[in-house]
Amino acid sequence: MSSEILTIAGKEFHSRLIVGTGKYPDFATMAKALAASGTAMVTVAVRRVNLDRTQESLLDYLDPEKYALLPNTAGCYSADEAVMYARLAREVGISNWVKLEVIGDPRTLFPDNEELLKATKILVSEGFVVLPYTNDDPVFARKLEDAGAAAVMPLGAPIGSGLGIRNPHNIMLILQNAKIPIIVDAGVGTASDAAIAMELGVDGVLMNTAIACAKDPVKMAEAMRQAVQAGRLAFEAGRIPRKAYASASTAMEGMIE
Amino acid sequence: MQIRLNGKMREVAEGSTISRLLDELALKPYQVAVQVNTDIVKRDRYPDLVLRQGDTVEVLTFAAGG
Repeated sequence: MSSEILTIAGKEFHSRLIVGTGKYPDFATMAKALAASGTAMVTVAVRRVNLDRTQESLLDYLDPEKYALLPNTAGCYSADEAVMYARLAREVGISNWVKLEVIGDPRTLFPDNEELLKATKILVSEGFVVLPYTNDDPVFARKLEDAGAAAVMPLGAPIGSGLGIRNPHNIMLILQNAKIPIIVDAGVGTASDAAIAMELGVDGVLMNTAIACAKDPVKMAEAMRQAVQAGRLAFEAGRIPRKAYASASTAMEGMIE
Repeated sequence: MQIRLNGKMREVAEGSTISRLLDELALKPYQVAVQVNTDIVKRDRYPDLVLRQGDTVEVLTFAAGG
């Protein structure tokens, strides 16, 4: 079984890297970056159609044969609002998958977990495949899993902050308790952050800003592809333990006395 | 008659259906979701649902996002 397969809700994806479609300098660059990333799933938002029609359409740049679309409920601050957007997303895309975001604070974009749990329960009962974006609280991650989430997506750091995995210990605790995939979503800044997340044993990483806002998004997308692969392989290889003192790599035997 | 479409007032013909509105906007039904007065309209109803004076219509699609 290839270490690159990510399975969520019984569906297999050939990449453990999920990439967002926001904030690219232009759609053409986005398309190249997504291709370089090797991703199998991309996030999209649900917004009013631009009636102006002079602007390009995102969907013209996303090949449905290559990428599964994962609609998000970005910008929603209540369970009711997020549920409404999830239902609208299902109408647009005829897919019942949703990256569920219920935001609690506009500066940090941290989730409002109370509302998130409420929305998760409603959407699960309506047959949605729910991937909630949450914080790194193992107790709460468990609640989301018990509520029927298909995966749990703890943040590494605030969205777009590039601060990396701020609390790897908590991410590991979440992993220990979870029977569903754990996907680190938010805060990745550069390749090593993605590798670190994968080395912890998470099932996947979701990122947007790290690629879209890099000086060279296409190059960064390639870096991230490699980082996610390397991190996963390292995890599966089983690292050496950390020790306080040295342990020589060369035997003393055979030296001139 | 006047409807509110994506936040702006718009003049449409009396008896316009969602299908007709989407045609006028050069939009394909499979690329959008439509909400009329806070109710999501299922795609199979687009040819039947007749808009009324003062209706609030939202037409949404997938946009860039993380």
